[in-house]
Amino acid sequence: MDAQAVFDLVAARFGDAVSAFSAGAPKDATFVIAPDRLVDVMTYLRDDPALRFDFLQNVTAVDWPKEQRLQSVYHLFSYTHRHEIGVKVNLPRAQPRVASLASLWKSANWLEREQYDLLGIVYEGHPDLRRLMMPDDWLGHPMRKDYKEATEYRGMPTTRPSPMNLILAYDKAHPTAAKKDGPA
Amino acid sequence: MSELVLATEGGDEMTLNMGPQHPSTHGVIRFIIKTDGEIIREAEPDVGYLHRAIEHIAEKCSYEGFMPYTDRVDYVAAMTANHVWAEAVERLGALPVPPRAHYLRVVSDELSRIASHCIALGAMAMDVGAITPFPYCLREREYVNDLMEELCGARLTYNYHRVGGVGWDLTDIWRDKVLRFCDHFDGVIEEFNRLITYNPIFIKRLARLAAVSTAEAIDFGLVGANLRATGFAYDLRADRPYALYDKILPRISWQTPVGKGEVGEVGDAWDRFWVRVEEWRWSVKIIREALAQIQETPHEFWTPPKKLKPKGEATARVEAARGDMHCYVVGDGGTNAYRARFRTGSFNAIAMVREKSAGLMVADLVALIASLDIVAPEIDR
Repeated sequence: MDAQAVFDLVAARFGDAVSAFSAGAPKDATFVIAPDRLVDVMTYLRDDPALRFDFLQNVTAVDWPKEQRLQSVYHLFSYTHRHEIGVKVNLPRAQPRVASLASLWKSANWLEREQYDLLGIVYEGHPDLRRLMMPDDWLGHPMRKDYKEATEYRGMPTTRPSPMNLILAYDKAHPTAAKKDGPA
Repeated sequence: MSELVLATEGGDEMTLNMGPQHPSTHGVIRFIIKTDGEIIREAEPDVGYLHRAIEHIAEKCSYEGFMPYTDRVDYVAAMTANHVWAEAVERLGALPVPPRAHYLRVVSDELSRIASHCIALGAMAMDVGAITPFPYCLREREYVNDLMEELCGARLTYNYHRVGGVGWDLTDIWRDKVLRFCDHFDGVIEEFNRLITYNPIFIKRLARLAAVSTAEAIDFGLVGANLRATGFAYDLRADRPYALYDKILPRISWQTPVGKGEVGEVGDAWDRFWVRVEEWRWSVKIIREALAQIQETPHEFWTPPKKLKPKGEATARVEAARGDMHCYVVGDGGTNAYRARFRTGSFNAIAMVREKSAGLMVADLVALIASLDIVAPEIDR
């Protein structure tokens, strides 16, 4: 089934909850779901015999600070029918909360954990929403566009002086360097 | 055996730490293991020790400039990571790729896959106690590395693919060398099977170990050889062809190798091993066919993009050595990617370890990790 047909089926059932279909090719075919209907639409996409999106390929969060929104993007693929589609949810950047899909696909568990860790989308109802890549006590979400790295983590500086500076300082202190500057 | 388990139920649970610098975890991964004697109650993977924020680096350099970093996504089979990035950007910018480049990508990908499976299979045999196959495999991998060095100047992190093509053309001498290697490698596979694959001790060690069903594998998002070992024939090269695989595979009467449960259950650790051995065979056939077809293509191997400032979003999927690698790239009309995302085979596989490890023996956890062909940097990126 091509992406347009998939969207038509979903739109016929959910009406206003889905919008903004873009056909893509060779780029992605995607559409947008209203955040409060995400689980309903995704359950339909997974379980309807004509659609059967049984493989959640990827979960990506994209930060759009200018529009004040965070986007959660899901890429679905169907092994049964060999078709695929991208699905997006737009969330307010101040309160990025959306329902977790971990109850629908087990692969969502870790994929959502990673996006929570790096971009700070809170997947509500997730069984185990902890940081995945960063340490548990890390502050902030490093892949947000406005993220500023802290100067230290637990007393360890996150930057270091350039090793070149050490060499230059050594050169300056060297006896032969002093001679050069002094009177010949 | 079951009596032994019952006798200590709820009793002597112990929490053990395996890793992060454990030789059998295939890189820097930590497992927090709750055991009851030799039986694992739960093994929780703790990843992130190799997180280098490669996706973030993609936002800081140009589309072409990011190519060397993709090598580090999966440094055991760097070529396929190159490929998925090149393809994603080409889709995003709707860029043309000359046919010769596609063939060169196929040849280099398959050589990379052979080298990667050498590590996977050799290391797996070593992890379960057979030391000999590992140096044999490393010897073969050195031949591939030599070929790669001659093709693109690097032995591990190739940086060979380009947006719009590949970096260098092949020479006739190199082509002959690859064909000679293919002839040699056919014999190696037979030797390897005699040495380890059908070795009775090895079979006893792996048969019926941590069998995964197809439904479970799809739910957890297992891809590549791990998925095919469950008896489910899905290979991107055949079922969703890219880079002229659709011209090559029909000519070699391709059949996707799937796990058959020859020595135990379908989808057990031995099946995962065996599917990779079969993939070696098919890779060799693909290389031969691609090198035959490449002779008829025009010599152009790279169409460098002009003013690459794409807008929109695109995905690419490539059958990497560890399965379906998914790359999602968003462009906002600038010279850099606005957002890049890699979903790799190891990431989904490691997420499964927690569920599959309950009830295994401690020594079998190592066999499970090895049979899933997990590479730590590919999990963390």
